[in-house]
Amino acid sequence: MALFASLSERLNHIFSKLTKRGKLTELEIRQAMREVRIALLEADVNLKVAKNFIAEVSEKAVGQQVLASLNPAQQVIKIVNEELIALMGPGNVKLEVAPKLPTVIMMCGLQGAGKTTMCAKLAVQLKKQGKRPLLVAGDIYRPAAIDQLKVVGGKAGAEVFERGTQDPVKTAKEAVEYARKMGFDTVVIDTAGRLHIDERLMQELENITKAVEVTEILLTVDAMTGQDAVNVAETFNQRLNITGVILTKLDGDTRGGACLSIKAVTGKPIKFIGVGEKMGDLEPFYPDRMASRILGMGDVLSLIEKAQEAVTEQQAKELEKKMRENTFTLTDYLSQFETLKKMGGANALLAMLPGAGKYKIKEGDLDEKRIERTRAIILSMTPKERDNPQIINSSRKRRIALGSGTTVQDINQLLKQFEQTKVMMKQMKGKGRRMPF
Amino acid sequence: MGFFGRIRDALKKTKESVAHKMRQLFLKNKIGDAFYDELEEILISADVSVKTAEQVVAEVKEEAIESKIKDEQFVTDLLKDILEETLNEAPMPKIQYPCVMMFVGVNGVGKTTTIGKVANYFVRNKKSVTVAAADTFRAAAIDQLGVWADRAKVRIVKHEEGSDPSAVVFDAVSSAKARGTDVLLIDTAGRLHVKENLMNELKKMDRVVEREFPEAHFYKFLVLDATTGQNAYSQAKVFKDAVSLDGIVLTKLDGTAKGGFVFSLCGDLHIPVVFAGVGEKLEDLELFDAEQFVEGFI
Repeated sequence: MALFASLSERLNHIFSKLTKRGKLTELEIRQAMREVRIALLEADVNLKVAKNFIAEVSEKAVGQQVLASLNPAQQVIKIVNEELIALMGPGNVKLEVAPKLPTVIMMCGLQGAGKTTMCAKLAVQLKKQGKRPLLVAGDIYRPAAIDQLKVVGGKAGAEVFERGTQDPVKTAKEAVEYARKMGFDTVVIDTAGRLHIDERLMQELENITKAVEVTEILLTVDAMTGQDAVNVAETFNQRLNITGVILTKLDGDTRGGACLSIKAVTGKPIKFIGVGEKMGDLEPFYPDRMASRILGMGDVLSLIEKAQEAVTEQQAKELEKKMRENTFTLTDYLSQFETLKKMGGANALLAMLPGAGKYKIKEGDLDEKRIERTRAIILSMTPKERDNPQIINSSRKRRIALGSGTTVQDINQLLKQFEQTKVMMKQMKGKGRRMPF
Repeated sequence: MGFFGRIRDALKKTKESVAHKMRQLFLKNKIGDAFYDELEEILISADVSVKTAEQVVAEVKEEAIESKIKDEQFVTDLLKDILEETLNEAPMPKIQYPCVMMFVGVNGVGKTTTIGKVANYFVRNKKSVTVAAADTFRAAAIDQLGVWADRAKVRIVKHEEGSDPSAVVFDAVSSAKARGTDVLLIDTAGRLHVKENLMNELKKMDRVVEREFPEAHFYKFLVLDATTGQNAYSQAKVFKDAVSLDGIVLTKLDGTAKGGFVFSLCGDLHIPVVFAGVGEKLEDLELFDAEQFVEGFI
């Protein structure tokens, strides 16, 4: 059982034990940290990275900070969370743009990491930003790799430059010239998957970087990679001085320890994550979001901690219970929004909401105006309606809309969002396999 | 001769690092609790599952204490024996003909390449082989398998990209039956084991073979990338539950990854490793050999 538990579940489990105790002794923290270490190793975090992590967290946790704190368990969680962010940080790092166009992005990585698919996904992303990307077929070794790039390039609506099985260094050079002439502002070079210990093929990549001015060298890494991830990342980084990492296949149930390790070992940021097989399934990497996701996808305890200043401990406990038992009502929903105002920021809460990333709540959905409107709508409901939203029929909706100065559509939208939030909460306590981590 | 040496050779880089770490461990520590803790970590850093590493080391410790022998050679040999026993808990399937082999796995582990190599393996053993391009999802996967089929000089059954993979399986089975083919190899699209609809698609292909070709021996092999970490267990468990597995093909052993997760797959899930991929060429495939693997691993 414990073997299948995700890192977040493990940590939550550990910390729920901690939370049940009052003040913590040094010994207890050390015990918890041992469990954190096992959880990290089971999450494929590199052994050395995990050890350093534990050392740092223990040092901070066993100090006065925690023992003097009124709520040591929450303090420990906060420290673990902060250290996770520090390990994977800094924040979202965007793709560089070359001072002299075109910007050249070279993909590299082991076989089967997902480079070719990623090229097309990047093209989609770039096009969304109003750019004109050109994809270059530089994998001349794998059978049908060029055809594959042509197909996915076609799906992405991006032109693919290919010269058959000609030397990829030469192809890269010609592609950049072609891009300059034809007005493409970004060139994405697909390369063959290669072992980091394959001298000849590593040399080929070096030659490409010498032949054309490369702005970004992105190492594509399968999120399911084990302890070897750091060796691979380290070698590619030493040879090519990579500029960033793309983590793929995060839509599986991998615990994604590679995420924690790679940044620590190479010092290079993770720029994107691949979260599905569709062309649009590419997301920027946010270490803070990733950390809280790893810690439990809307870690209830962190939420409580953040809310501490705004709500009393009693209220917080009640909320936690409701979230766990899924008896969260619209009244609670409203009080969350009220608290949110006091806490000063929708994004802070958004980051902690379970499944927020998955459900893609747009930031605009949580702007201040919207919060005001939500408040008006809920206040226009009767207490009975707030506790049993399912009784709200169309006649009730019209009345609420009238009372709050909104439309029936707004009411529907709110109810739908509320239901989604409840589903997220249900999933949080549900099977770990359903959670992205 | 060289035949059995290749898995060990492929693991040589692994051998160097694990053996090196153990050497240092013996030099540094007396054999005691700290020693065993570190031995556990060495195994974990070779992607052995935490649980299996704990079990194996506990066993080594127990026997070493019982025998009152504490020298380096003894502990190393003991560890090798226990690891090999673990692998042998899942016996190799006996291949009988005519047979159908379906290769399943997550994206990018090397299914298509493996099929090319396996086709070549059976051709060399004087069997008639047909491959079925049932990965109709990934762009150009059919073309890729076509290239491998040409290289191995075997027949390929294929449909259009985007067509129903079960229909491809149906046609391939009919064709194999009609021609009396010894071995039918089915390529399937890479799918993450957590995607229920894709797993259902796989179950359907499974049913088509069972129903249409009951007289054939049907083997289902999970292809696993040696670079994978602890997630391999979850993959094996879910694929096993979905279609039952007869074996594992361990690919990319020519890298620096150790593939240590196979111990828990054999020990806990009782799925044997059948083939090992050791390179990108047609002949870079070996029948798995537990003794050699452990010899290379430690």
